[in-house]
Amino acid sequence: MKNQAKIEARNVNFYYGSQIALKNINIACEENKVTALIGPSGCGKSTFIRTLNRMNDVIPGIKIEGDILLEGENIYHPKVDIAVLRKRVGMVFQKPNPFPKSIFNNIAYGLRINGMRDKRKIEMIVEKSLKEATLWDEIKDRMDENAFSLSGGQQQRLCIARSLAIKPEVILFDEPCSAIDPVATAKIEELIHQLKEHYTVIVVTHNMQQAARISDFTAFMMLGEIVEYDKTDKIFTNPSNTLTEDYITGRFG
Amino acid sequence: MKKKKFSDLKESVIKAFFFTNGILTVMILFGIFALLLFTAIPAFREIDLKEFFTSHQWNPTSPVKEHYGILSMVAGTFMVSLGAMIIAIPIGIGTASYLSDVAHWKVREIVKPIVEILAGIPSVVIGFLGIVLFGPILAKIFGTSNGLNAINGSLLLAIMALPTIVSISEDSLSAVPKTYSDASLALGANRWQTLVRVKLPASLSGIIAAVMLGMGRAIGETMTVLMATGNAPAFPRGFLSSIRTMTATIAIELGEVPYYSTHYYALFAVGLVLFLITFILNLLSDVILNKYQEREQ
Repeated sequence: MKNQAKIEARNVNFYYGSQIALKNINIACEENKVTALIGPSGCGKSTFIRTLNRMNDVIPGIKIEGDILLEGENIYHPKVDIAVLRKRVGMVFQKPNPFPKSIFNNIAYGLRINGMRDKRKIEMIVEKSLKEATLWDEIKDRMDENAFSLSGGQQQRLCIARSLAIKPEVILFDEPCSAIDPVATAKIEELIHQLKEHYTVIVVTHNMQQAARISDFTAFMMLGEIVEYDKTDKIFTNPSNTLTEDYITGRFG
Repeated sequence: MKKKKFSDLKESVIKAFFFTNGILTVMILFGIFALLLFTAIPAFREIDLKEFFTSHQWNPTSPVKEHYGILSMVAGTFMVSLGAMIIAIPIGIGTASYLSDVAHWKVREIVKPIVEILAGIPSVVIGFLGIVLFGPILAKIFGTSNGLNAINGSLLLAIMALPTIVSISEDSLSAVPKTYSDASLALGANRWQTLVRVKLPASLSGIIAAVMLGMGRAIGETMTVLMATGNAPAFPRGFLSSIRTMTATIAIELGEVPYYSTHYYALFAVGLVLFLITFILNLLSDVILNKYQEREQ
């Protein structure tokens, strides 16, 4: 079992209407590792990461071909319960998007919609998730305040804590630091580094240095295709494709 | 230099023009309020203020003793409006939720304008519906001699308040940022949970404002209730009794009252009370809407 990929895409094509956005994507992401997706704007990074928890489903006119396997099971099988899938594959978005609720209720929300009623248990998990997201010490006395009173970086860590609370197996980060200042970014990178101990992490990023710092594996995408996918060290020191080399050395992009 | 002066002059003329327009509207509003106030005040030379607000007998033309108590009609007004809200709020919010969250966008593009057009149906036509359609049906269901009662009025006012409630609620539901529902769905919530636990609370102030505007319309409506509620000037005993609202009283009596009599002034006093009620409702909904818009920014 150890050798099996946690989440894997096989021959995935993706269309918005008649326009193809992903071409023959094959990638296997290992358990307890950080996989980074890099590439120029519009290359399909975000589209791809959103196929992994079926967040694209709400967009009208989309079509997907191929298989996406979570522990060997196709998540696009008609019998798959999307709600259960999304609990297993959590997501953190580009811009921090807390609910207009209190800090506590932001995290309790995911537990309550899953039918948890026990107040003590909810409080326990909220505290644990906030600690895991390294936010607890900063806000433990402000649990009843509106989440919007937090800074941007804190809001993003709150969103991370929110997805941790429902115990996902995989966490998808869609450019989690693009709307955040450098100091807060450093904290989130550190956090992602810690998270891989318990979770499988996939990060879309615009920032190549960030990918180099935090990831174990990196996939370079362009025009809807994966150009190269390898260990991060290899991609950044000795890429086998000249396109990858041109991109990471800043010749375009 | 000369050219500059000319453009300055033009500028100030334009300014003055718009200022006059703006001030005119405000002055007309104040004028109406002042007219109401000053025509209402003489009523209280003859009428005891306490009787006016606490007596339920309104009988200004009695040859024996005249009574000027507005309690019955205030109760009547609130009863039909309340009944209308009980019917219109769930249907209105349900329709708004359907349009913003469930319906295909093509359906929304067609249905929403239709609902808004509903607001343009003349109230006399809706009152007509009350007499020829709802009246007989209600009489049959409840076994009363006629169907001109509070329920009839409530039904019609609900129909009239619905477009406002649906339209503004739908606007505020659609204004909920997509990132909220994305976040909710990504946590494994279904669309129903997302609607009830995230979108509706986030748009609550807009919905409350919508309800208040609808309520304001229901309270101020005259022709429909005049036609459909039977206009018995007694204190209402229930939703099946015939009632008479403040607006209907004014509409019925003002045409036949001798000018500058106590009765005449008393009707203006009723109008003043009505004005204050709707004014407070509108003010409240405005405050709530403003708060909502501030938060959105």
